[in-house]
Amino acid sequence: METILKPWPWYVSGPLISLVMILLLYFGKFFGMSSNLRTICSIGGGGKFVEFFRFDWKAQQWNLVVVIGTIIGGYLAVTYLSDGSVIDLNPNTVTDLAALNFANAGNSLLPPEIYSWEYVLSSKGLAILIGAGLMIGFGTRYAGGCTSGHAISGLSNLQIPSLIAVIGFFVGGLIMTHFLLPLIFG
Amino acid sequence: MKFFKFLLVGIFFGIVLVKSEAVSWYRIFEMFKFQSFHMYGIIGSAVVVGIIAVWLIKKYKVNSIEKQEITFSPKDRVITRYIIGGTIFGLGWGLAGACPGPMFVLLGTGFLSVAIVIAAAVLGTFVYGLLRDKLPH
Repeated sequence: METILKPWPWYVSGPLISLVMILLLYFGKFFGMSSNLRTICSIGGGGKFVEFFRFDWKAQQWNLVVVIGTIIGGYLAVTYLSDGSVIDLNPNTVTDLAALNFANAGNSLLPPEIYSWEYVLSSKGLAILIGAGLMIGFGTRYAGGCTSGHAISGLSNLQIPSLIAVIGFFVGGLIMTHFLLPLIFG
Repeated sequence: MKFFKFLLVGIFFGIVLVKSEAVSWYRIFEMFKFQSFHMYGIIGSAVVVGIIAVWLIKKYKVNSIEKQEITFSPKDRVITRYIIGGTIFGLGWGLAGACPGPMFVLLGTGFLSVAIVIAAAVLGTFVYGLLRDKLPH
């Protein structure tokens, strides 16, 4: 039990994520989380404006149920399956973050400097979360998938387009981390 | 009841993402700084096991629970949409530290402000739908 309560090493977590993909394939579906964003647009009436959202979203209900499961899983993991271990980051990461005005890096899953209500309700903080969300939602649909659909499902099926998309994910992430985060938070 | 198995898979996925710390903004930052093997190990081992599993499924023509052969749909053979869309996604991933799976998991862990990222991501998807015909793919 003690082992379960500690953070899980990569060589346990990675194969368990493949297991999620394998189970969904066995259930006759696919592993791709960003499709849900399109489904939500459709349920919200997006089809009235755009043809792209006119599809049988009821056939995608199973994926929304997966989403509800992930929310419950997140709750169960922090409530019953965690011992409050801090994230064992590289000390250099902690130092680099301190230079960007992020204190106590790794003491929580998310930095309060971005996600605490105090920052979220400032105009800069709100702009950060909305801007990030817009880029994630726009980019993932433009690219036809996200980390699950391309990096896991696509690469597992040896899809070159998915490899190109994953390279794009990293180009964007590296630009953000190395050039833009210092401008935003430095 | 037919949805119950999907609920269980989702719960399992959510737990794995929290326990692996893949939902942590800090882990994503550390990954893009190349300061830890952790995230590369997670994604890399998931892909290696995934490649073997997909290969076996194809080789032995494994049937799904609904007694139909499991099939895979190839992605479009283009480049533009993957590079541009992927890069825009990466910018958001690096800033929010969460992608479309983890953002929902984080909601469950109690970070309710993530709902703003989710709402904006839905809006971003809608904007893509609006502009889709005008964008190069």
